Amino acid sequence: MTSDWPGVQLHVVTGKGGTGKSTVAASLALALADEGRDVLLCEVEGRQGIARMFDVDPLPYEERRLATGLAREGGRAGTVHALHVDPEAALLEYLAMYYRLGRAGRALDRFGVVEFATTIAPGVRDVLLTGKVYEAVERNSRNKGAIRYDAVVLDAPPTGRIVQFLNVSNELAGLAKVGPIRSQADTMMTLFRSPRTAVHLVTVLEEMPVQETTDGIAELRAVDLPVGGVVVNLVRPQELGADQLASADADTVARDLTTAGVGLSPGLVEGLVRTGHEAAERRALEDRQRRLVAALDVPTYELPRLTQGGDLAALYELAALLRTQGMA
Amino acid sequence: MSAAPRHLDVDALLDDRGVGIVVCCGSGGVGKTTTSAALALRAAERGRKVVVLTIDPARRLAQSMGIEALDNTPRPVSGADRAAGGHLDAMMLDMKRTFDEVVESQASPDKARQILENPFYVALSSSFAGTQEYMAMEKLGQIRRDAERDGTYDLIVVDTPPSRSALDFLDAPERLSSFLDGRFIKLMLAPARGPARLVTAGLGLVTGALTKVLGAQVLRDLQTFVTAIDTVFGGFRQRAMATYALLQDSRTAFLVVAAPEPDALREAAYFVDRLSEDRMPLAGLVVNRAAERPDGDLSAEAAYAAAERLRERPESGTDEGTESTDAAVTAGLLRLYADQERLVERETRLRGRFTAAHPGVSTVVVPALPSDVHDLDGLRRVGGLLAR
Repeated sequence: MTSDWPGVQLHVVTGKGGTGKSTVAASLALALADEGRDVLLCEVEGRQGIARMFDVDPLPYEERRLATGLAREGGRAGTVHALHVDPEAALLEYLAMYYRLGRAGRALDRFGVVEFATTIAPGVRDVLLTGKVYEAVERNSRNKGAIRYDAVVLDAPPTGRIVQFLNVSNELAGLAKVGPIRSQADTMMTLFRSPRTAVHLVTVLEEMPVQETTDGIAELRAVDLPVGGVVVNLVRPQELGADQLASADADTVARDLTTAGVGLSPGLVEGLVRTGHEAAERRALEDRQRRLVAALDVPTYELPRLTQGGDLAALYELAALLRTQGMA
Repeated sequence: MSAAPRHLDVDALLDDRGVGIVVCCGSGGVGKTTTSAALALRAAERGRKVVVLTIDPARRLAQSMGIEALDNTPRPVSGADRAAGGHLDAMMLDMKRTFDEVVESQASPDKARQILENPFYVALSSSFAGTQEYMAMEKLGQIRRDAERDGTYDLIVVDTPPSRSALDFLDAPERLSSFLDGRFIKLMLAPARGPARLVTAGLGLVTGALTKVLGAQVLRDLQTFVTAIDTVFGGFRQRAMATYALLQDSRTAFLVVAAPEPDALREAAYFVDRLSEDRMPLAGLVVNRAAERPDGDLSAEAAYAAAERLRERPESGTDEGTESTDAAVTAGLLRLYADQERLVERETRLRGRFTAAHPGVSTVVVPALPSDVHDLDGLRRVGGLLAR
């Protein structure tokens, strides 16, 4: 199966809180890292989620080799590096790289400018974070010896903030109409708006996340940011349809249990029937949401709710599923 | 295996006239908004005079509560039952408007206009990470002052913003204060007042660097902004500290909301620790969306095995053509049952870990509902489950 996103170098993964966007980003990075390809997985929200998922020590502001990617059958794996982007470190690096500020850079730090810029100054924080991601994709010639990645996966802020986060030019528009930081932002936007970027949205089959996904896609399109795929995460098993689940009746269940040699303990038959009816209600709701997702008219991928999940093996399992569905 | 946590008695909390503020906090996507709304409705229908301050409710839920307009004013929720003598108002937070109102209340009209029009203010008031958190607390303080004066409400339920980190809203007042006291602001305010030549030399370096990076225009705008807003700083700081003290008051009760997932429970644990560090009164933990143990004493393994046997059963001996389909339904139900058992085991383990580390925290576990909540009946149902 070939990838749906062959020319994409920057995969931005967003999603509503609780939908598992970090897990999807990590799985996508593993799935992309094959045939010797190098992938960088970035996080920008200071949560150290990558370190937790991969069970390593908290990440510094430095590209670290994290894991071996998921090899294809008979093929060889690539590598996944990780980077925890910290805005203060990014600012100092940026100043050093572009302005050779040296002593002045340290003076900025001493006078609280760095703190101001990274915690308070509106928009600047986002520009610094996205700026580092941009550098990881394009690689500045001044960054000697840096790895050139075949793909960068960004575990991005949630859907509600993603447009603001990526639309850095606009964020600065009111503040810096001209000047060097403005032209930096414009250069970044050229990459983010190009076909080399795809913004993927993670959702679950519930009303609010699907609504946010729909809104998010419209907002991304309104500012010409390239919408990638929708990953429907935490999908429940679907071997039975809503009608079948609702059709469950006590007599049939009791008969089948007896056939299967299961003793009819008190409450078991009723419990199973109720399980069926509740699952039917949920399925009907999920099917409605699935139709809404289908109507979005973008490639969609589904990942199951793993009952044992949470460890590294699960990430590889999800990576394999993303790959068979063509996301990587 | 750790002992079960103490049970959180939600009705006792809502009925306690000594509790005037309930703050629901936790990471995003755990059902905080629904929990806040359900608690507020239940309290109102048990006789409290309640206002619920929400941040970003689902559209249909907001509509059912009559607050689809984001106008920063509490509106009565007409469907709430007033038989017990209570009532419910609801409002959605307009962050920018709240900020504007604070500026207007602190500065002269001229000065206020100057601030409101400055591009840095516009960006700060609409996009600064932390503004929403700070404004939620600011609005809480306002409503509380008004309510004490007019006797409008005796309970305020607050939903907190879906922050990057659940701690953001606790840090926001402090962060704003430290920003206002920051070296950079002082630098911008008094460029000519350097205490020593060394500082002045450093200052030239800094201004030069800033001009190089930002451009002169940006620096001028920034300076204007800082100078203009300086007059209202004292007011801000005082308010931030008053709100912080209000949160520490024994009449406030924090509820940490979580889902039975590793990340959400980890955030909840951080939050519980942080609340106790800051001496904030924690009432308990709400674990939403929990899997419920299905009835019957079949183990997950036995259920999977029985499902397998049904599936492999030869179709011979059936008179009706539908029988095999029926068995497929039962087999499917058995697998659902088994999955559910597994999920319950996993969640119990996760909650057990939390309890082991935080044995003193009273907890209520709310089962997952099969469908979304978007009307008052749904909220009542959730309220009932919270108070089980």
